[in-house]
Amino acid sequence: MSYLPYALAVWILAVGLYGVVRSRNLIHLVVCLTVAQSSTYVLLLSIGYVNRGTAPIFADVPKGTRAVDPVVQALTLTDVVVSVTVAALLLALAIQAQRHADTTDPDELAEMHG
Amino acid sequence: MDVLVPLVVAVPLVAAAALTAMGQFLGRRVDDLTGIAAAAATTVVSTMLLLRSLDHDLVYWFGGWTPRHGIALGIAFDVDPLSAGIAALAGALMTASFVFAWRYFDEVGTLFHVLMLVFLAAMNGFALSGDLFNMFVFFELMSVCAFALVGYAIEQRAPLQGAINFAATNTVGALLLLFGIGLVYGRTGALNLAQIGRALDGRPPDGLLVVAFALLLTGFLVKAGAVPFHFWLSDAYAAAPIPVCAVLSGVMSDLGLHAVARIYWPSFSGVFAADAGSLRAILVGSGVLTALVGGTMAFFQRDLKRLLAFVTIGHVGIFLAGIGLLTARALAGTTLYVLADGFVKGGLFLAVGILLRRARDGDELRLRGQGGVAPMAGVAFLLGGLGLAGLPPFGTFPGSALIIRSANDVGYGWLPPLLAAASILTAGTVLRAGARIFLGVGDADDPSLSHEPPAAEEEPEHVPGRVSPPLLFGPALALMVVGLGLAFTPGLAGRATQWAQRFEDRPAHTAEVLRGVAPRPARPPAFHPGAAPYVYGAISTVGAVGFAFFGLYRRRLPALVRRVPGRLTAGPAAQLKALHSGVVGDYVAWLTFGAAALGCLLALTVR
Amino acid sequence: MSRGVRSGLFLVSAAGLTALLLWAVAGLPDFGHYRGPYGKVLNSVAVGERHTTNVVAAVVFDYRGIDTMGEEFILFASVMGVALLLRNPHRERRQVPARIQSDAVRLAGIGFAAGLLVLGLYVVAHGYLTPGGGFQGGVVLASAFVLVYLAGDYHAYRSLSPTPALDVVGATGAGGYTVVGIVSLLLGSAFLHNFGPLGATGKLASGGSIPFLNIASALEVSAAFVLLFSEFLDELVVRPEARSE
Repeated sequence: MSYLPYALAVWILAVGLYGVVRSRNLIHLVVCLTVAQSSTYVLLLSIGYVNRGTAPIFADVPKGTRAVDPVVQALTLTDVVVSVTVAALLLALAIQAQRHADTTDPDELAEMHG
Repeated sequence: MDVLVPLVVAVPLVAAAALTAMGQFLGRRVDDLTGIAAAAATTVVSTMLLLRSLDHDLVYWFGGWTPRHGIALGIAFDVDPLSAGIAALAGALMTASFVFAWRYFDEVGTLFHVLMLVFLAAMNGFALSGDLFNMFVFFELMSVCAFALVGYAIEQRAPLQGAINFAATNTVGALLLLFGIGLVYGRTGALNLAQIGRALDGRPPDGLLVVAFALLLTGFLVKAGAVPFHFWLSDAYAAAPIPVCAVLSGVMSDLGLHAVARIYWPSFSGVFAADAGSLRAILVGSGVLTALVGGTMAFFQRDLKRLLAFVTIGHVGIFLAGIGLLTARALAGTTLYVLADGFVKGGLFLAVGILLRRARDGDELRLRGQGGVAPMAGVAFLLGGLGLAGLPPFGTFPGSALIIRSANDVGYGWLPPLLAAASILTAGTVLRAGARIFLGVGDADDPSLSHEPPAAEEEPEHVPGRVSPPLLFGPALALMVVGLGLAFTPGLAGRATQWAQRFEDRPAHTAEVLRGVAPRPARPPAFHPGAAPYVYGAISTVGAVGFAFFGLYRRRLPALVRRVPGRLTAGPAAQLKALHSGVVGDYVAWLTFGAAALGCLLALTVR
Repeated sequence: MSRGVRSGLFLVSAAGLTALLLWAVAGLPDFGHYRGPYGKVLNSVAVGERHTTNVVAAVVFDYRGIDTMGEEFILFASVMGVALLLRNPHRERRQVPARIQSDAVRLAGIGFAAGLLVLGLYVVAHGYLTPGGGFQGGVVLASAFVLVYLAGDYHAYRSLSPTPALDVVGATGAGGYTVVGIVSLLLGSAFLHNFGPLGATGKLASGGSIPFLNIASALEVSAAFVLLFSEFLDELVVRPEARSE
């Protein structure tokens, strides 16, 4: 039972990747990629969780209170920013695909091959 | 702590921010000059770091957070001569690209220069970092800059395809990498590479460590472009603007492999010590496969940029095989090879750029005999082809000599012939292209060559007047000369082996990083290549020339000789080409396959 | 490859990869029983050493400050990248949509936008004391600008967020972070070493250089998100001329 959060992260990753592979629309691809990336948030935050631990903020609780791991929270913060930036770039590419190639289907964008 | 260390990252970043803030108010050439100045300054600093780290690593703790009771609280940069060398390579290639790009990216204001400068800072940080998550941050910074730069000529379909495939596959690779980092953190509670190594010490690897290592490998090999993660590379490098290609091909792909070595030795060499043999087999096997696929696909290209992209993949395979031998000598050899080869590949891309500007075309067949518009580029092609082949004693010779000796030492005597074959494929194809374009020899048409690039105009037309010849030819020739001449540094092979040995000695290295214990001074071992490397070098050079002839005059061979081999190879060749479909869904499917295969292979062989 | 073959290849590989990953996560410590040293040490010393009550902010801006610098520049580079990819020199402006007629909507929008601004500034300013920080507050600030567009019209939004000014603000934020690091170098200590008076725990004037880094990242993040939104909005509102073939 205690591995369920981790197994959830694995499941989200698998679902996201499936969407990316079978996508027929670039916007859908970006969303699936974001879903896959969110699996890493779940993994990191679940790893750092401590039973009955509070947030690592000691403004209103005494200093020695049991708290969850602050490092994974910093890592997840960075991870979220990275996901947003990649999504922005891919969406910009999707817009240009619609404008210049008149399609957002990744299967039809194969100009170079072989 | 040495104050120069953070400058290799801080200087380009400040320059980029300053350009964005003030570039719109200043004169017209400010961005070009700032780019060249910042990149050159960074190169100088990296070289100085190389010289200062000859005897002991420069360990720099950011924020002043030195380790406490063996626990690293902050982030460290771990500078040793090999990684400083790669940072210097990045700086030098960037400087050459900026010179080549003089006046060519005016229409986007400062955007091109800003992105390239941030790219340089990211590459330097990635090469030098000693913290696993910090490596990931710089990895993503490199990626974001590269995605945008590849898609520069966005009105055309090829850059669109290249950028999308690049972004999607590398992001999937990055998230697998992050998954692996999370697993390692969950097990060890540490992100510093030396501390991870110490925490993992002593017990045999279990499922978590095997899979985590496989995930980390996958992430870095996607960036490097090893088979089957390589499909994005040929699309992206064929579509990016030339200055970007020079940097991508010359150093970014090699950084992926450098990262594999950087995480293996301090962190995983202890826990996988008993399984080094099987790990070696897997890595060397992947390397050979990559080298042969890259070389073969390069032969089938007529688009010069796509041809060089596959040459890059081929050489990534050689480097992967070198690093995969898992010895200090092979690591030293691979790094020297990477340095020389990086300059040569960068120079070759710039030479193609000269052709694109003067002849307005990038197709080998259409350019047949047109090389007269830029004879200097022809010289660069010749030097490049010979450099890729490994003509002794130039360029990559010390590196390949070390690799050959190391392969023989660990019983992989079958490896050097295969690596020579890969060099023959790649160098021979470059020589073929050069001969066809500049000497006008060879057949005018060859139906087996695929992907005809769209007609002309890959560069913006609006540049008033011509860029002066020294700015155009200078960078390419300078890179070639440096790349080929690197081999003549006295005592290079012996000293590189000593540096690699320092890196490989895990307990001493951990003590150096976490407790500041200086390593014992030692005299660098003398290295005598022996006869074998000269023989292999001669074979690959002669073989490359012969292969170039084959490529040029293949169809004039008597029909009798051609028939059976032709029929045998037509099917597989077509299959191989069809695999490179250009569709991102296929690429990610292959990525998943590669990750699963790598994980299964490791799981089955490591116990 | 046909889609069928691709799906087959993927499903087989994904099954293998999932099995491997499930095997791997079985080796992690039980959920809730994490005992890693890094976080524990930081939880116990951060408040005392840096006088900030938000340990995550201390980690982000001090202990692992160079990561945050990289992250800021990732956002910066992505904004520049989107501007590069969506550039269109032949853009001509068509009729922008009509202004929202309802005064009630506009009034509510102004009210909420003002509220969001104040909230954003509060979250930024108290980032190292209570949950929040430059990134979180920066996003809230950016959303205030977006609300101006939603409740008002395109011209009002554009006049509040001119691209050149936002470029300068974003660059100041990103460059400012690096400059704070360089100031530490000039003061003789390591890059991004904390300097300045540490102040009293729990008060706004505490943490040494952490408030400066906090503000720098808030500037950068808010400018970046408004710029991103503007870039994408321009695609919708300002139609370029007929695409070239």
